[in-house]
Amino acid sequence: MSHAALEILSGGIGVSIQDAGRTGYRSIGVPVSGALDPRLLAAANGLAGNAPDVAGLELRLVATALKAVGGPLRVALAGDVSARLLAASGDGRAVAAWSSVTLFDGDVLQIGRPRGTAYLAVAGGILTPEMLGSRSTYARAGLGQSLAPGCRLPCAVFTGDLERDWRAAGPLFHASGPIRVMPGPQLDHFSAAAREAFFGTAFVVTPAHDRMGLRLAGPSLQHLEGGADIVSDGVTPGAIQVPADGQPIVLLADCQTVGGYPKIATVIRADLPRLAHVEAGDVLRFCCVDAAEATAARRAQARGLADWLAALQPAGTLDTASLLSANLAGAAVRGDEP
Amino acid sequence: MNLPAAGYPRLLALGDAAFTVEFGDGIAPETHARVLGFAAALDTLAADGRLPGLVERVPTFRSVTVHFDPDRADSGVLGETLLALAGEGRRAAASGRLWTLPVCFDDDLAPDLADVAARAGLTREAVIALLTATEFSVYMLGFLPGFPYLGGLPAALEMPRLATPRSRVPAGSVAIAGRMCAVYPWHSPGGWRLVGRTGARLFDVTQAARPALLAPGDRVRWQAVGREALGE
Repeated sequence: MSHAALEILSGGIGVSIQDAGRTGYRSIGVPVSGALDPRLLAAANGLAGNAPDVAGLELRLVATALKAVGGPLRVALAGDVSARLLAASGDGRAVAAWSSVTLFDGDVLQIGRPRGTAYLAVAGGILTPEMLGSRSTYARAGLGQSLAPGCRLPCAVFTGDLERDWRAAGPLFHASGPIRVMPGPQLDHFSAAAREAFFGTAFVVTPAHDRMGLRLAGPSLQHLEGGADIVSDGVTPGAIQVPADGQPIVLLADCQTVGGYPKIATVIRADLPRLAHVEAGDVLRFCCVDAAEATAARRAQARGLADWLAALQPAGTLDTASLLSANLAGAAVRGDEP
Repeated sequence: MNLPAAGYPRLLALGDAAFTVEFGDGIAPETHARVLGFAAALDTLAADGRLPGLVERVPTFRSVTVHFDPDRADSGVLGETLLALAGEGRRAAASGRLWTLPVCFDDDLAPDLADVAARAGLTREAVIALLTATEFSVYMLGFLPGFPYLGGLPAALEMPRLATPRSRVPAGSVAIAGRMCAVYPWHSPGGWRLVGRTGARLFDVTQAARPALLAPGDRVRWQAVGREALGE
């Protein structure tokens, strides 16, 4: 296989390489990492002709410019984002999300600041070295490649049909409504008033949010006497820790493997991807579900993604029927609202 | 002493893809022996293919968190299996490896050592003597890849974390807080008191089979060395 590269011209902070993450090493303190929204990474990969978990670029918070070195490269964008292709020849044109596009040597793709999190997939994947079974970036321990302007990311040369790009019938939507959680594991460390406030009040996302977690602001959730500290135990993305100040922190993919704050509740798998897209000032509410409801939600989500991927079409061949079926498969409105 | 704490073991859901099996609520060798015994029993069952959907297990001071793939495991069945296994009351069969690791106590590499001595009412040399005479046990790894929580710190050295954490603790720093000793394998913010520096490499990603030097259940002794032995 001959190689090409994507060079990062600008961006860096907020941009990382992500795949399904690193499992099997949490017992030695290695975070699981991986895409904050695996569905959206799967969508971008689908448009690029890849399997769902192939390593792509996760884009957050900043605009990014990428240059093709060698090539051609087939790339695809998924998310609430837009881009512009500046061809080496000097021509420019808009590139929409939810479609693939081919980059030739010297072409520059200028990607705007995404709302929330967006993904760029490359046909054949980003081929940086795997570390502990994953290419995901975890800069604190030098795992995966950290990105900065000037980095060249090895990619496969695209050998498919250059004439035929792929396009989705519509965006891949998320569920709406309150974020669904399962209670605990330390719900019993909280006062009745704190439990009522947690499930009955809106929380605002603060600017302190990154791939490790989201710090929320809302009513102070009071612990019972002596309940604010626990002997550290295992945590997982989605766990909602409440330190002594009573303000909850929702852990995300790069979170530590253990933590010493009580966890009032844990976001279910199906709703974790929605947290990839919240930004400072957004409002979150939480509601309680049980394991059976969590399973139903996961299954519905997997069906939605499978239907969405099945509706991908070569660009230029969209018809009303496919638009309708994709919208029905999505069966949801935008997930930006509380 | 060999009976489990009242109300334990117990099973707690950590969302829809993990359970935490608790063996107590404090830090104690007996509780930790049960944690390690349960983790070993889980490994045996998993190796026999009897825990479909198991992803990994994370032993801590007092519990084991079991991560699973909820699309491959029936969480109700898995929870019952875990609770039954925990109820068997296995304890760690053997203690782990004994490591003797180098530590340099030079002032610039041990910026809190003088303050620790003053707080403990001891000389600097007496603190070093206590640290190097203690056999620590590895309770768990966490916080950062390869970061070991070492139990067994002498009571004379028990003191709280720094009121204001450092924004950057150098990699290799040997530190204490509460009744614990630890090593920062990476540069990191941190609030523990820095009492020395080791050249031991606690995490090496090129050792794919065992990237972390230490494992829960291992024991550690500190050996004072000159700074030239740190290889810096």
